[in-house]
Amino acid sequence: MIYKSLKRIYIGLILLFLYAPIITLIVLSFNASKTRSKWGGFTFDWYIELFQNEEIMSALGNTLIVALLSALIATIFGLIGCVAMQQLGRKGRSLITGITNIPMLNAEIVTGISLMLLFLSIGNILGKIGVRFQLGFMTVLISHITFNIPYAILSILPRMKQLNPSVYEAALDLGATKFTAFRKVVLPDLLPGISSGFLMAFTMSIDDFIITHFTKGPGFDTLSTKIYTELRKGIKPEMYALSTIIFVVVFILLLLVNHTPKEPNKKR
Amino acid sequence: MNKKKLSNHLLSTPFYLWIGAFIVIPLFMIFYYGFTDKTGAFTLENITAMAEPWHFKALMISVVLSVISTIICFLLAYPLAYILSQMKVNSHQYVVFMFILPMWMNFLLRTLAWQTLIEKTGVINGFLTALGLPALRIINTNYAIVLGMVYNYLPFMILPLYNTLAKIDPSVVNAARDLGANSFITFKRIIFPLSIPGIISGITMVFVPSLTTFVISNILGGSKILLIGNVIEQEFTVACNWHLGSGLSIVLMMFIVVNMVLSMIFDKDGEANAL
Repeated sequence: MIYKSLKRIYIGLILLFLYAPIITLIVLSFNASKTRSKWGGFTFDWYIELFQNEEIMSALGNTLIVALLSALIATIFGLIGCVAMQQLGRKGRSLITGITNIPMLNAEIVTGISLMLLFLSIGNILGKIGVRFQLGFMTVLISHITFNIPYAILSILPRMKQLNPSVYEAALDLGATKFTAFRKVVLPDLLPGISSGFLMAFTMSIDDFIITHFTKGPGFDTLSTKIYTELRKGIKPEMYALSTIIFVVVFILLLLVNHTPKEPNKKR
Repeated sequence: MNKKKLSNHLLSTPFYLWIGAFIVIPLFMIFYYGFTDKTGAFTLENITAMAEPWHFKALMISVVLSVISTIICFLLAYPLAYILSQMKVNSHQYVVFMFILPMWMNFLLRTLAWQTLIEKTGVINGFLTALGLPALRIINTNYAIVLGMVYNYLPFMILPLYNTLAKIDPSVVNAARDLGANSFITFKRIIFPLSIPGIISGITMVFVPSLTTFVISNILGGSKILLIGNVIEQEFTVACNWHLGSGLSIVLMMFIVVNMVLSMIFDKDGEANAL
């Protein structure tokens, strides 16, 4: 009995450690005083002012667009990569897996710097022939797609390995075209992997700061880089309000996803 | 070329081009800049610059702090992952859910929140003084940086450990018990060895970001303590010396490569991947 409650206390302490800053931020979002260290009474003002703050709203828009597009494109590339790898030999497969894993295993600062060097060099070369190419939305998007590809592959590949090739061949024998056979037979089996890959990539993109920091260029901001520039002058309390809203929305969404009854899954 | 091959190439070519252009070429760029000077001539100066006292000190602090953080993460996470893996009621989903959820709050803000918590007049010190205990003085010290590293990367240790521990077949453990092993021996001879892939994966996932961070030291170290990540970041954003920054990055990558090779040796099937 004592052993069991000790276990519970241990889990509780770790959860407290992980959630303490989050609780702090939620409390701060209701703090009427602008400084972090003082409690100035309860207020909803920051939630109202948040929606009038154009800088934060545009950073939020950028963050969501980059996350959505990069997760989508990275998932498609991941799917193509997994299919392509099936046609390679053992050596080719481990070479490609090795290369695609680099952005995940390498330090983010190195990935960020290497992409920045590439983009600035491209900019230099294009500048000589009179084409303007600057760091901004496109370079951030390209970088996010690149570091999201390994997460997509990681989610899809295990599903791909479980596939039974004879089902696909049976579909072909029964007269389906390659595309139809893939769409009707292979894709449904891969779908859980594809959707978890997409979610993973989306999360990684939203939370990324370091790679965006190096590849964004002046004038383009996501929420992370906006917060980083605000760190020195002091974070606007609207930011706490926004992150509280995001946290609550994600919490509810994830709760709903995890609570869906098992039956619809079986029907699929 | 037959039709089947052509359609395959049409699909896979953009993928290969993409990983070539945005993964392989950028790495070559770092090596190019790292091994040349401003005139484009070959030099080793940027690499050997790591041995300069200023850089070397930053590297040493980074290595020491990230090793300490990795050890603390491991010691905290292993018992937790073990307890969680034994709980049969809670599905895999819920565990992942609980430990992934904090990542949805921006990590800069979460780290900043720690500043509010551990400040001299912060929340924790408020509690401590109310209880008549001595105040914590860790903000802007190495301790605060370790705290930030452990906090940010602990989930990356918990998840792979939990994944490998949850996969251990209970009948293997039961067999050991039937053959007369006590709990300690069962753990030492069965459970621990089977969880090694998870341990290696967790160590990699905590050590690499801790070693290379510049944000945590910026926020919790009061920008007085420079880690190697801070030095490299400043070479690119403030000093604009890409050659030196690249050279230092190459040295940093050596640590990561050693780590990657180790994890490949121990985790051949990639079974311990976090999610």
